[in-house]
Amino acid sequence: MIWTKEDGGWNPYLAGALLGILAILSVYATTLWLGKSSYLGASTTFVRAAGLLEQTISPEHVAANAYFTKTKVRIDWQFMLVTGIFLGALLSSLTDRSFKFESVPPIWQERFGPSIWKRGAGAFLGGIIAMVGARLASGCPSGHGLSGVMQLSVSSLVAVAMFFIFGIIVAALVYGRRLS
Amino acid sequence: MSIDQWLGLITGVFFGLLLQKGRVLRFEKQVGALLLKDMTIVKFMFSAILVGMVGITLLTDAGIITASHKSMNLGAVLLGGALFGVGWAVMGFCPGTSIGALGEGRWHALFAIAGMVAGAALYAELYPFFQATVMTWKEFGKIGLPEALGVSPWLIIPLFWAAAISLFFWFEKKKL
Repeated sequence: MIWTKEDGGWNPYLAGALLGILAILSVYATTLWLGKSSYLGASTTFVRAAGLLEQTISPEHVAANAYFTKTKVRIDWQFMLVTGIFLGALLSSLTDRSFKFESVPPIWQERFGPSIWKRGAGAFLGGIIAMVGARLASGCPSGHGLSGVMQLSVSSLVAVAMFFIFGIIVAALVYGRRLS
Repeated sequence: MSIDQWLGLITGVFFGLLLQKGRVLRFEKQVGALLLKDMTIVKFMFSAILVGMVGITLLTDAGIITASHKSMNLGAVLLGGALFGVGWAVMGFCPGTSIGALGEGRWHALFAIAGMVAGAALYAELYPFFQATVMTWKEFGKIGLPEALGVSPWLIIPLFWAAAISLFFWFEKKKL
């Protein structure tokens, strides 16, 4: 088994296993210090970010919204976790020189051409659909995929199957033709 | 910053580091998996699950941590999961990896992040509608597979390990 790859990346099995350890330590640490077992997740933070942005325009609207009230719009543990992902990826990519400005990814470019705006529109629309789905299902590949499956949650096992089934179908439809 | 914010930030930095070192943040890896051509993210994700599953179950059994299942609302999980899959394939990121991808310079992730914030705002408006429709279908509650089947988690975990390891060997054989 090779531990690192030519580009300085780590073997995905090794990096994944280390993430498993981090997930365990994180639940333990939140239970110990915050008094509540918190599991890794990311998508709720987007609700809080939306709420914080909307508050600058209309605080009354956010206060009156049932979903924002339920989620509690504030900079909490998970919000900082997601902020940390940005910093960790930045540090890691700068130190191993894999940091690269990219405006259009190669697979996208092969199918839709080099237009930044086409890529931007696709990513934006995809983002809207994905986040409505993630909030309806109560989780994303972090909250359901990692944390939920680790606990063998029924909802997470079903959600992850749906993520992949529909992801595979749509990826084949969107990128499939010119690649094969 | 408060202790919960510090703890989140520190954990997040390690989370981001491991996602970046595993090279799973990139659009090519996410879409590569969905095109069944590059299984890096699946290897990474299932390795994390295999290790995490044992530790989490041990700590839960010992009463040190508490489990936190998300509700198994059939309509919400099926429709939500399907919508997520559709958006994921087009966007080429998931919520956590979009933020990490921005960190490693893939700045087109900004469009995806903006879309997801807009999607979250839209969901907040649609929430009463979903509550009155999709979510009324069937609610199984916050359950784990072991209790649903009436067996010990220690019966399921070895089976899960065996299935995942077989999958890993198959990926390596096929060079996926």
